[in-house]
Amino acid sequence: MKIDAIGLHEKDNVATALRDIPAGEEALVGLLDTTLKVLIHEAIPYGHKFAVKGIVKGDEIFKYGEVIGRATSDIPLGTHAHIQNIESLRCRGDWEKKG
Amino acid sequence: MEFKGFKRRDGSTGTRNYVGVLSTVVCANEVTSRIASQVNGAAAFMHHQGCCQMPMDVTRVTQTLIGLGRNPNLSSVLLVSLGCESVVLQEVADAISESDKPVETVVIQEVGGAAQSVARGQLLAQEMVREASGIPRVSCPVSDLVLGLKCGSSDTTQGLVSNPALGIASDLVVGAGGTSILGEVTEFIGAEHLLVKHAKDETVANGILELVKRMESRVMAVGCDMRGGQPTGGNIKGGITTIEEKSLGAIAKAGSASIEAVYEYGVRPEAKGLVVMDSPGREPEILTGLAAAGSNLIAFSTGRGAPQGFPFVPVAKITGNERTWKTLRDHMDIYVGTVLEGTESLPEAGRRIFKELLEFASGKLTKAEISGYTDSMDIYVVGPVI
Repeated sequence: MKIDAIGLHEKDNVATALRDIPAGEEALVGLLDTTLKVLIHEAIPYGHKFAVKGIVKGDEIFKYGEVIGRATSDIPLGTHAHIQNIESLRCRGDWEKKG
Repeated sequence: MEFKGFKRRDGSTGTRNYVGVLSTVVCANEVTSRIASQVNGAAAFMHHQGCCQMPMDVTRVTQTLIGLGRNPNLSSVLLVSLGCESVVLQEVADAISESDKPVETVVIQEVGGAAQSVARGQLLAQEMVREASGIPRVSCPVSDLVLGLKCGSSDTTQGLVSNPALGIASDLVVGAGGTSILGEVTEFIGAEHLLVKHAKDETVANGILELVKRMESRVMAVGCDMRGGQPTGGNIKGGITTIEEKSLGAIAKAGSASIEAVYEYGVRPEAKGLVVMDSPGREPEILTGLAAAGSNLIAFSTGRGAPQGFPFVPVAKITGNERTWKTLRDHMDIYVGTVLEGTESLPEAGRRIFKELLEFASGKLTKAEISGYTDSMDIYVVGPVI
């Protein structure tokens, strides 16, 4: 069965849409050898992420099993996770500060 | 599991059995190309370096040529030199000979011009091909594989499907005792702190950070910023949110294995397992670097369809993009859009890539080899040209 989104690691709290998913649809998420279903609450464009676990402000965002950023506001299950509610943890040139 | 390969006298294993015709300097390229084009079984390597460069770059070119000559996919080597270049022909020839491989040379200015050099070179190459044609393929363990990793011409599917699937295949190579080489330092930037979590120890971790710092410093020295502009506007529109996410998508092709060592460009790994090698992301330089480091097979994940192969190392193209697979038929080798179609899971696709890579190692031809899309190679140099 064609999947609507892909998750890459059990630790991930976001999955990435493989097609434009309108609000109100149930997305079939392929996660390694399993699948799970997530009800989508806002339109998710192809290539964009949505929460597959409830995320609260300050939570780390996991993709590929690693931290890709931090939530700047709550991201409920099935809602769009992107620049409006995720910030990067890597500032430019911060390796310089470490000396 | 095993594959069928060519055992070399120095103990390494090739997946191909070419006579390498290697140009020592850009001025010898035409002769190199013309020799190889009329000798079946010869593969030409050309580049744009070898002279009018800083000493450290001349050394880099010399060492890379030696590494290429020692690549296990070559049964023997014909070096083509102009005669006045900075690279010292004898140094390259001697070092390749040390690996117990026949080496011949043609010096254009000594022989007397291109036409006669081509004739001399073709006759030499013909004899070498005849000799090589008697070498059989034998069963070899997967631990003899040295897999170069590359990704490029990305689209949304690459970081989601073809890179992670390649990572699973790379883990299988490493798990069987083989070696995987990860280059493309460019792509680490933004996620190097995550990459080093896989480092075997602090020495390896610091080595990786040092490569990133070096590349980033060089870019900053000319007033550019590799980190600040990432992800790009196009990336963001396409759904990539942070630089960490973008870089992790690239690094995913190296799987989850521990990183055992860090090497300079084109240096052959002594360690088995997953290793990091300094290189930029651009095809001519990284494919050459991987070959000089002894890769006998390269796996190249590409969303939009990059066509480049390498003259004497098979480069298997992997895509998860259905359109790319269907419309760039003369360049693609392995399709993993099956994961998106739901006919295969990501782990299944990864295991299939591993199986197919062993078939390519055993002699199945890649499209880049069949179409001969292997001419535009180069050596990674960093200093000024004078």
